[in-house]
Amino acid sequence: MSLKLPLRELRRRPTRFLVATVVLAFLSTLLLFLGGLLDGLYLGSTGAIRAQDADVIVYSSTARDSFLRSRITADVRSEVDAVDGVDAVGGLGFVLLGADVPGEADPADVAIAGYELAPKGVPEVSSLYDGQGVADRRLEDQGVGVGDTLLIGPAKTEVTVVGWVEDTAYLQQGTIWVNLATWRQVQNANRPDAAVADDVVQALVVRGSGDLAAAIDTATGGATSTLTVEEAVLALPGVEQQNSTFNQIIYSTLVVVLAVVGLFFSLLTLERLGLYGVLKAVGASSGRLFAGVVLQAVVVTIVAFVAGSALAMAAAAALPSGVPLQLEPSRFVFTFTALLVASVLGSAISLRKVLHVDPAAAIGTSS
Amino acid sequence: MTVLDMRDVRKVYRSGDAEVVALDHATLAVDHGEIVALLGPSGSGKTTLLSIAGGLLAPTEGSVVVDGEDITGHDARRLTAFRREHVGFVFQSVNLVPFLTAEENLLVVDELGGGKGGRAARERARALLDELGLAARGSNMPSQLSGGERQRVAIGRALFNNPGLVLFDEPTSALDTQLGEQVMELIRREMKARDTAAVIVTHDTRMTHYADRVVRIVDGRLTADPVPA
Ligand SMILES: Nc1ncnc2c1ncn2[C@@H]1O[C@H](COP(=O)(O)OP(=O)(O)OP(=O)(O)O)[C@@H](O)[C@H]1O
Ligand SMILES: [Mg+2]
Repeated sequence: MSLKLPLRELRRRPTRFLVATVVLAFLSTLLLFLGGLLDGLYLGSTGAIRAQDADVIVYSSTARDSFLRSRITADVRSEVDAVDGVDAVGGLGFVLLGADVPGEADPADVAIAGYELAPKGVPEVSSLYDGQGVADRRLEDQGVGVGDTLLIGPAKTEVTVVGWVEDTAYLQQGTIWVNLATWRQVQNANRPDAAVADDVVQALVVRGSGDLAAAIDTATGGATSTLTVEEAVLALPGVEQQNSTFNQIIYSTLVVVLAVVGLFFSLLTLERLGLYGVLKAVGASSGRLFAGVVLQAVVVTIVAFVAGSALAMAAAAALPSGVPLQLEPSRFVFTFTALLVASVLGSAISLRKVLHVDPAAAIGTSS
Repeated sequence: MTVLDMRDVRKVYRSGDAEVVALDHATLAVDHGEIVALLGPSGSGKTTLLSIAGGLLAPTEGSVVVDGEDITGHDARRLTAFRREHVGFVFQSVNLVPFLTAEENLLVVDELGGGKGGRAARERARALLDELGLAARGSNMPSQLSGGERQRVAIGRALFNNPGLVLFDEPTSALDTQLGEQVMELIRREMKARDTAAVIVTHDTRMTHYADRVVRIVDGRLTADPVPA
């Protein structure tokens, strides 16, 4: 089916579509911005957990799925070790602190993470001496460099950065991965109220097979609460709230897109009723005319999305690095798809009008 | 042979409780290549008759056969295809697509019929424009054409698919007398050259001598003039 007519109109009368294109371009930018913030916040909150190369994470049952409240003793750990299907168990502990960076006036926000089983992209813990750590690359923005010795927290515990890892931030702070002994040292020196004994960790990461979570919680007699890694990501403070808040704003914006496309193209259709009457009289079907409206809406949306994306990328580059905006390719794909769906649905509002154009009205009218 | 055969056609418009009988027992047959002028006062049912003859409107009663095809019971979809292939329309007001050139306005008909607008179609459009005296105007937009030129483009569009029947609703009413006569002359020449039948609605008696036959309509009823010698 040839759709030359609507495409020619777009090419020859671009100014007719300018307002709608500009409005949709700004809405595209807004959608990408909102999505980019959501992604930035999500990725910056959850990196350390998403990076875990494990099947489940074991908390103490009193912790309500919070690392800071969770404590796992050696007894519980040996019970977990003995569960059928468990292949490997490692301790995990986090502490959030400020750190003095050599040569920098402002302290950096860091998360000291003690580990045994290496997360994805993090070197085996045996390669680290006490007092050494590999740092998340985002700390580079705060002046951290490889070889720097950071003074962690009020106790100024020394940790030397010996390498970089990517995408492992924890609650918007750059993680420094250290062995469990170093983590305990930092924790006990800076948080004496929450000190941990030598054989205690906050949580366990477990690799294995079968229904691990249920098996572990049964084996410990209810002393543990075990989550899959995906569940543990969503259990991090604020993550679910962020997701739902931002998604609500994003979907509301998409409703605005739908309304803009719907309104614009139904006004355009209204203007063209006379022309549609003539075209129907000379043999155009309603389906073809309607397809033309949808095609124009889609083309306008594509052009607007390209312009809006360019604007969003330029704005993102101009933003200070502290803003957690992260423009991921998947966000572009999602936004583009959502815009296309909204524009097709929006233009569908004109279907009834197009169907009701009476070809007989074309003849005998003198206007 | 008959191209248009309307029998006992009645058309009643209903708007709320009111009923308007726009056509009453109208019977009209038009032969191949014959030019019929339909003459009548305002509101007499001329446009209604043309609309029914061209498949734009369904009759309340009676039958309509065009090019041997009985279209009386056709649904909207079949009528659309029928109009595309069998009839040409020239409307009272000029109804060209404003963002297409003269040549493209002719090709619209081809594209609507699924044509690719290929070389053959373009050559045919140029030849038609040439015949209509618009050889130099093919790439002009409607806004760059005079009223008479636009009406000639509309005639070209109506002829493009080689229909057996072309229906004209007051084709000259927007033109001055001299231009109107030129357009009527052109219509006659083109119809005769193609052996195409035409029904031309007018209420201007000065235009009727371009027709082979005059049919009068008053209050929805047809009365034929004697066929001129
Ligand atoms: N859609 C309609 N609904 C109701 N009544 C209509 C409709 N179209 C036409 N009529 C009525 O039917 C009658 C015939 O109308 P028609 O348009 O066929 O007349 P006409 O001869 O073409 O007039 P004109 O010379 O003014 O164009 C008129 O009384 C008109 O008011
Ligand atoms: Mg009329």
